[in-house]
This record gives sequence, structure tokens and C-alpha cells, in this order.
Amino acid sequence: MNQVKNFTKGFIKENPVFVLLLGMCPTLGTTTSAVNGLGMGLATTFVLVMANIVISLVKNVIPAKVRIPSYIVIIASFVTMVDLSMAGFLPALHAQLGLFIPLIVVNCIVLGRAEAFASKNTIGSSFIDGLGMGLGFSFALTLLGATREILGSGKIFGLTLFPDKYAMLVFVLAPGAFFALGYLITIMNKLAKKN
Amino acid sequence: MEYVIIIISAIFVNNIVLAKFLGICPFLGVSNKVETSVGMSGAVLFVITIATIVTYLLMHYVLIPLNIGYMQTVAYILVIAALVQMVEIILKKVSPSLYQALGVFLPLITTNCAILGVAILVIQNEYNLLESVVFAIANAVGFALALIVFAGIRESLDLVDLPKGMKGAPIALVVAGILALAFMGFAGIV
Repeated sequence: MNQVKNFTKGFIKENPVFVLLLGMCPTLGTTTSAVNGLGMGLATTFVLVMANIVISLVKNVIPAKVRIPSYIVIIASFVTMVDLSMAGFLPALHAQLGLFIPLIVVNCIVLGRAEAFASKNTIGSSFIDGLGMGLGFSFALTLLGATREILGSGKIFGLTLFPDKYAMLVFVLAPGAFFALGYLITIMNKLAKKN
Repeated sequence: MEYVIIIISAIFVNNIVLAKFLGICPFLGVSNKVETSVGMSGAVLFVITIATIVTYLLMHYVLIPLNIGYMQTVAYILVIAALVQMVEIILKKVSPSLYQALGVFLPLITTNCAILGVAILVIQNEYNLLESVVFAIANAVGFALALIVFAGIRESLDLVDLPKGMKGAPIALVVAGILALAFMGFAGIV
């Protein structure tokens, strides 16, 4: 039961984007379409899960004073792996996400989960925590990406819903990212109040 | 002339916060008062310049000769974290008044993606050392401009009667969107 809670908290109750407002840079910068948002979310999920596993494995070996630099090195290693594999296997997506892949390293969600959860819990629960948080992040990014894609170009995952002369291009451009996220959080707040 | 283009492009056209989405956390986090946003801008200007010079030299004189360019992310983040600590210690000794002004913001800067972002962009754009420094300073000025204008707007936002769900982060994001819209007017200058 406890593990189920560990897994589901990342989606709504402690959603890193809508509730905790962490990782704003990739959230706003990569969600020009649903696919880009999903890709960024899954890349972060991989780093989050692997870093959580390794950190909970070595938590007793690392002296408390140097723990943050050690966590950063572990996280940076996995980020480099994602960066290089993506450049090799998914070059188109890698070009779209660009700078934001190496920047997963400074994403507060990853270091935050390492410090707040993985450094105190067993491997099993750290794995589930990382997976839940990562998928919650992916869910938020995909939702924001889909919203911007529908409003901005009349498409969803590349499928045309309506001709793009009726679409508002601004939602694909920079200001639309702020508007879409602002109103999505408003809606989330409204829904949270009702429960 | 090249330098002028780099400066105008980094401050207005490709503003680091409003067009490139780097450094959003401090942009939303410390923009409640104009005073704190000025302090944060100063700290960013200071660290971004030093970090860009150090990482540039590290890339060209250590990583590339050793043929380990793929270690960029790991090496950079360690250097930036160490650098911020060092700047903090030196400032404390050398200039206590400056330390008082910037002190609280320095630890926050390690996880500011603007610093790492600029350090990586400099390499991607293949700038030389002087161009890199100009690029770093111009980006810091762009960050300061966006942050201080935004803080000024948010101060008067406190007096506005808003629907409950929009208080706090949502209205801040919408305001940032309008600001980004205004900055889009600069597109096409260079």
C-alpha cells in the first residue's frame, strides 16, 4: 500500500510541475509539441530512476559533508549517458531538445529526490519514488506540450485536428509557454480546491 | 561590430529568460521585491562571467587536448559548484560589504541553469575567449533586465484583486508571458 502511495504521489498530489513548481526551465523550454514534452519527460525519468537507485545503494559509503557533490557527479554521469545515446539513436529529437538534455543535471527535481528520498530509503522504494516522480513530470510535460500543440498548430502528436489558419501561433512561441502553464496551474488549483 | 551584435542579440532578441527559458527558477523565486532581484542579478553577473572564463579554458586546454570532450557536463557542473563556493569564501574575506549584498544568493546559483547553459552555449557557438566573455556579460545583463522589470510588475500585482486559483505562481507566469510577448517585438533587429 505504502509503495502504491510512493508511486502515485508524483502524478497529482506532489506533481513536480503543477504543485511543487520544480524544473521550470525544461517544462517551458521543450514543450512546443506533445512529442517533445514526452521525450524530455522520459529522459528525465531515466536519470531520476537510475540516480535514485545508485544513490540509495551508496548512501552509507558517502560522508555527509561531501554528499551533494557526490550526488551531482552520479547524476551528471547518467545525464551524459542519456545525452550520448539520444544523439546516437534519436538524432531528430536530440536536436529539438538541444541544450535542455545536458541541463537535466541542474534540474532541481533530480537533486531534490536524491536528497529528500533516496538518501534515506531502501533501493526498492527509491526506485518506485523515482519512477513515480519521473512519470508525473512526463505527464505534466506531455499535457502542456499537447495543449500548446493543439492551440498553436491545430495538431496533436502530429495528427491534424483542424486547419492551422484557425490556430494561434503564439502558443508554440515563447510567450505561449508561460500563458499555457499559468492557466493549467490555475485549473489544477481549482480542481484541487474541490476535492 | 560583431560584439555589438552579440550584445544586442543576447539582451533583447534572444533574452536568456524570456526567449531561451534559462534561469526560470530564480526568475520566479526571487522576483517578489525589486531590491532582492537587484542582488540576485549582481550575483549572477559575477558568477556567470567567472564561470564562463574558467569553463572555456577548461574545455580548450584540458578536455579537448585529452580528447575527453564528452566529459563536458560532469566537468562543468563540478567546476561551477566549486567556483561558487570559492567565490563565496573569497568575497567573505576580501569584500564583506559585497558579500553581505550577494551572500544569500550565491549558494542558489549553483543550480541556476543559466550559468551552465551559457557555459555550454559558448562552446556550441564556437566563440573565442573575448566573444565568450562579452556573451556571458550580455546574457547576465539580459537576465537582470528581465528579472528587475518583472519584480517591479509583481510588486504592484499584490494590490490586484485576483480569482483565488490564480494567486501566486499562475498570475506570475501569465505576466511573464506578456513580458515575453513584449520582448518578441525586438525580433528582427539583428
